[in-house]
Amino acid sequence: MNKTNMAVTIRIDEAFCKRCGFCIEFCNANVYEADKDGLPLVKDPEKCTNCRLCELRCPDFAVSVEVVDNE
Amino acid sequence: MAVNLGYKEYFKSDALPLMWCAGCGNGIILRAITEALSDLHIPPHQVVISTGIGCWGKADDYMKTHAFHGSHGRALAFGTGIKLGNPDLHVIALMGDGDALAIGGNHFIHAARRNIDITAIISNNFNYGMTGGQYSPTTPLSSSTTTSPAGVAEPGFDVCALSETCGANYVARTTAYHVTQLKRFITAALLKQGFSMVEVINTCPTHFGRRNIPGDTVSMMKYLKDITVSKAGYEKLDEADKEKYLVTGELVNRERPDYLSVYREMNPGGPETDRGEGH
Repeated sequence: MNKTNMAVTIRIDEAFCKRCGFCIEFCNANVYEADKDGLPLVKDPEKCTNCRLCELRCPDFAVSVEVVDNE
Repeated sequence: MAVNLGYKEYFKSDALPLMWCAGCGNGIILRAITEALSDLHIPPHQVVISTGIGCWGKADDYMKTHAFHGSHGRALAFGTGIKLGNPDLHVIALMGDGDALAIGGNHFIHAARRNIDITAIISNNFNYGMTGGQYSPTTPLSSSTTTSPAGVAEPGFDVCALSETCGANYVARTTAYHVTQLKRFITAALLKQGFSMVEVINTCPTHFGRRNIPGDTVSMMKYLKDITVSKAGYEKLDEADKEKYLVTGELVNRERPDYLSVYREMNPGGPETDRGEGH
């Protein structure tokens, strides 16, 4: 992440995710990639800019982005 | 001090998973509503979600607010009664395109004309999703549906233009793709005195998408992006191109006196104006 001493934890709730692929496709920072079943994997969390659009654009409340303060 | 639960103060997390199809944007609209309520700090017990029938009509099942799940097309009729019964409540009517404009079309135009202080949020997915993808009053001309396999021969409603003509105080259009705009418009609509309407162009990959948009759920979402243009962008288009796009943005924002203000003025000292303590 660009801001110093900040990191994010991205959690995908596999039980509620329906593999629509929105978080993977529309992430501007290419944080996600799909596994063989279409489930999003958090590939590059350090690229995350904490815009939280994936959270808002997840139709199933399955994505949560939490800021972890490393200070 | 109470912990700030954010959207979870309004959303029943224990009701997950949502019943909607993979790639349906209803959950996105629901998230935006709960986020807007949270930002405005409106307590859940002061909110009533009024719904009718349809995929979007199921939304009240996931809310911790009050809910009234009425009959098909009547979300605004029941909502009007709720608002008149207790004007302190925030009444939000959730309707699909068929629910709001076909089955409840008359309730819709008269709620806007009356300018009753209700927030209507219309999930417009261009067809009747729950019953199998039949064409609805908003299905775009020539689109294929289960009841118009060769293409629908009639143009769809411009929901925003209809709301404006009928007298709504706030009219905005956005899509399930434009999530920050969606939250902003819902927030503005909730704050608006009088009838406010947010039309959310939504995905239906299961029916409309399968018949009209090659690809998957992501293609359906990209389609929303492709068929919409901002007000500024729309003005720059050639006349011939204008009909290919839907304009997004705040299209009406005015201060026509709402129904209850007018009613109170005409009925000074009426029972409604003196509600005793606690109101």
